[in-house]
Amino acid sequence: MDDLDRALINTLQGGFPICERPYAEVAARVGSDEAAVIARIESLLARGLLSRFGPMYHAAQMGGALSLAAMEIPPADFDRVTDIVNKQPEVAHNYARNHRLNMWFVLATETPDAQQETIARIERETGYPVYNMPKIREYFVELKLHV
Amino acid sequence: MNAPHNVNLLDQADRRIVQATQAGLPLTARPYHAVADQLGLPVDEVMQRMQRMLDLGIIRRIGAVPNHYALGYRANGMTVWDVADDRIDELGERIGQLEFVTHCYQRPRHLPDWPYNLFAMVHGKTKDEVEAKARLIAGVLGQASRGNDILYSSRILKKTGLRIGA
Repeated sequence: MDDLDRALINTLQGGFPICERPYAEVAARVGSDEAAVIARIESLLARGLLSRFGPMYHAAQMGGALSLAAMEIPPADFDRVTDIVNKQPEVAHNYARNHRLNMWFVLATETPDAQQETIARIERETGYPVYNMPKIREYFVELKLHV
Repeated sequence: MNAPHNVNLLDQADRRIVQATQAGLPLTARPYHAVADQLGLPVDEVMQRMQRMLDLGIIRRIGAVPNHYALGYRANGMTVWDVADDRIDELGERIGQLEFVTHCYQRPRHLPDWPYNLFAMVHGKTKDEVEAKARLIAGVLGQASRGNDILYSSRILKKTGLRIGA
């Protein structure tokens, strides 16, 4: 990473402008030029240092539903259950974690009802209960990673 | 900070903008023009609609999502806490303000298997760093926390972008 990489990561975490030439505006903030900023964001995405770039939509505000769910899976059955959970299009992320509840996934559905249906389907196909943990409240966090 | 379900705030044109931009904003000099051209809408309308969605919180923010793992933050701990219900909102707001916490949520307990109701994601370069930060959280929570744990991800099993608003 060089100085422009760092400057872009630090300044682009929010507040990207809505205007005719937004990359030119960002370039002015970081002391670069428009074409270089565009090429560098492309490169940061291609190198995997940024996972995405654009508007972050609020799923609940869209009428959809997001939840975090966990399961306790015996190690011998882990791969079979992983296949079943991962094949659900509603499952966006799925992580193995070091806990008795050893599988944690994010469910993104168009409606709260669809969330319940997906959970019921996973429970039926895997034979294990799903602990559903939709957020009750979200506490404000600053975006502040500095590199 | 709980968002109501405001699906009625979006009309068909808004939804088309969401679909066209949720994977990312075009990397061209005039990205909003590119979206407008793709959708056959005037660019002023696209920018006004996106500004309105931003003002309403339908768009949380416009910008980049850093990949903590690729940036060297390899120890990402989901710290979980059993916090007294009558203090969780006050304390959740304070934990969210700590500079190393990137997500902070109240979630339901599942007693007796899962007693934790406050989730704070902490990123560190090492597990020691995450544990030191968890001790700072414990200091803020004090007696209001009756137990805690740290869950590390050992493997990514699936990772796709969220797709909403179709």
